[in-house]
Amino acid sequence: MEFLALTLAGIVSTGAPLVLATLGETLTERAGVINLSLDGSILLAAMAAVAVGLLSGNPWLGLGASGLVGILIAGLVAVLGPVLGRSQVAVGFILTLFCRDLAYFLGHPFARKLGPELPVWSLPGISALPFLGVVFGRHSPVVYLSLLLIPVLWWWVFLTQPGLELRAVGEKPQAAFARGISVHYLRILYTLVGGALVGLAGGTFSLAIKPGWGRPQGAEGAGWIALALVIFGGWHPVRAALGAYLFAALQVLGIMLQESFPGLPAPLFQVSPFPVMILTLLVVNMGRTGWIQDLAYRYPGLRRWVSRWQASAPAALGRNFQPEKEG
Amino acid sequence: MASSTRSLGRIIAAILLSFLVTAAVLLLADAPPLRTLGILLQGGLGAPAKIGQTFAVWVPLLLGSSGLLLTFAAGLWNIGIEGQIILGAVFATGFLRPFPEGGGVVLVAGALAAGILGGALWAVTAGGLRTWGRVHEIFGGLGLNFVALGLTLWLIFGPWRRPGVASMSGTEPLHPSLWLRELAGLSLSPMSLTVGLLAFGAAVLLLRRTRWGLTLRAVGQNPEAALLFGLRPNRRILEAMAVCGGLAGLAGALQVVGVYHRLLPAISSNYGYTALLVTMLASCRARFIPPICLFFALLNVGSIQLPLQLQLDSSLSGVIQGALVLAVFLVQGLEERFLFPGRGR
Repeated sequence: MEFLALTLAGIVSTGAPLVLATLGETLTERAGVINLSLDGSILLAAMAAVAVGLLSGNPWLGLGASGLVGILIAGLVAVLGPVLGRSQVAVGFILTLFCRDLAYFLGHPFARKLGPELPVWSLPGISALPFLGVVFGRHSPVVYLSLLLIPVLWWWVFLTQPGLELRAVGEKPQAAFARGISVHYLRILYTLVGGALVGLAGGTFSLAIKPGWGRPQGAEGAGWIALALVIFGGWHPVRAALGAYLFAALQVLGIMLQESFPGLPAPLFQVSPFPVMILTLLVVNMGRTGWIQDLAYRYPGLRRWVSRWQASAPAALGRNFQPEKEG
Repeated sequence: MASSTRSLGRIIAAILLSFLVTAAVLLLADAPPLRTLGILLQGGLGAPAKIGQTFAVWVPLLLGSSGLLLTFAAGLWNIGIEGQIILGAVFATGFLRPFPEGGGVVLVAGALAAGILGGALWAVTAGGLRTWGRVHEIFGGLGLNFVALGLTLWLIFGPWRRPGVASMSGTEPLHPSLWLRELAGLSLSPMSLTVGLLAFGAAVLLLRRTRWGLTLRAVGQNPEAALLFGLRPNRRILEAMAVCGGLAGLAGALQVVGVYHRLLPAISSNYGYTALLVTMLASCRARFIPPICLFFALLNVGSIQLPLQLQLDSSLSGVIQGALVLAVFLVQGLEERFLFPGRGR
């Protein structure tokens, strides 16, 4: 029982940065913008958190710096994509590589130093509880932030007026524009907000989950997993977060297996999430291929199963909107 | 005339902008900007041996970019090219492993063919995930890149480990008779240079002068129309991926027989990702590809000097390359939006 609780606590904390990044990207993509730069953004933000934390001696300033870096990169995505009409995928991919190399270059002097760490908070009422106390009672504040944001974003996206406008901008920007919603403004805003969360994910890695900086830091690849989880989650904050915890569970399992098979090289376990990523994407996307739809048509029993897994992207995802050019 | 002045102005503006970004990054890292850039250029150009190395890096970049011309023409984001290079290297190594006593030209040619096969297989896997499973090639390809890396590590530490010393330094070196011959004093093989140039020429010819290239471009520009015209977009996508993957695999095989003479974990050296940057910077225009590849190769080779002489990380080359592409995008965007609105898209 104690072992199970500790494992769950591990999943909640290792999942925290993935949850933050996935939620941020879900918001951005709901507005119709792809920020593909996640993998680089997370690394640069993680590096900035360590650098600022070390120089100032205050991990909270480091966390702030990571959020700021995320906002700055997202700002570049917003300017080059929605504002200047460049391909969002191209811009995001270039930024992925650019930010990663920038992180390694600027982070060089901070590598392999004992980094600053965020404190661990124990929640007064909960940490005393028998099972839940172990799972949720003692975590880094950023872990609590990730837990808190899941219901908050769900409420914001699906139950509020601004959330409705957010979805409208991502689904049918022309219609939203005609209704007097400022498509540009909302897209830029949610790109920046999403970027801030992605940046905080980087700070969570380097200040709490895998403290410190190095080449590699250990967060490499996490951004791509988060991008895939947004698709797996069907652009729904709660489902996306559940996907993130699923991946965290696999990672924790991987660490346990690593202890049982000491002969295998550690990097092998780092790449193991990626076949799983391809498989999950296959499961959620295959339902829309012609041959599966034919099968579903023939076997009604299959139809329900197929439609349950299906998720469709915001209709205007990745397409820049220029009102003066729409017919 | 007006358009060539404009594109010259665009290039100068982008170079200036990326120079400013690089200088700012260097100042932030407490490094002297001009001296650092001087060391960088000298590291890639300063001696005949360095120029040879630069051209040795030019070949895989050229091979990758040539393949990417085709996949971009078909509207595909072949991010999996990195893994395709790795698989080429794995297949070439696997082909040569049964011959520790060495052999001749036939074996080397076989290794190159095996590399092409490996890269093409990996690319078709990503293409198949896209056409049969609707997994976008960015995610399929990227996932397969990590799988390829994992496979390499497993081989190096598992079945292909050096007797006694399994380490990141790679597999047992090939017999010297299987190494590509190098020009005297230069670590550059005329063979791989020739292969690179031929492949570039072939890719451009395929794209511009054949019916297949035309259908490929039709699929890239309007898949729905291409489907209605009976151009079988899914088939074309797989073919484009296979050719690009084959060229990437060839690059990987050349890294094995021509450069490292063994399989290393870092065998692909990020050349696939760099080739993607090259092709984007060239806006898929073939005539820009060889010079940009050369410049990027120069930066890559020169950056090796940074840790030695200035205790800086060698990733500066990637920073400059990325800044350059971003600057070009920014200048193009500003131009279309504010200077010449209504033109372009």
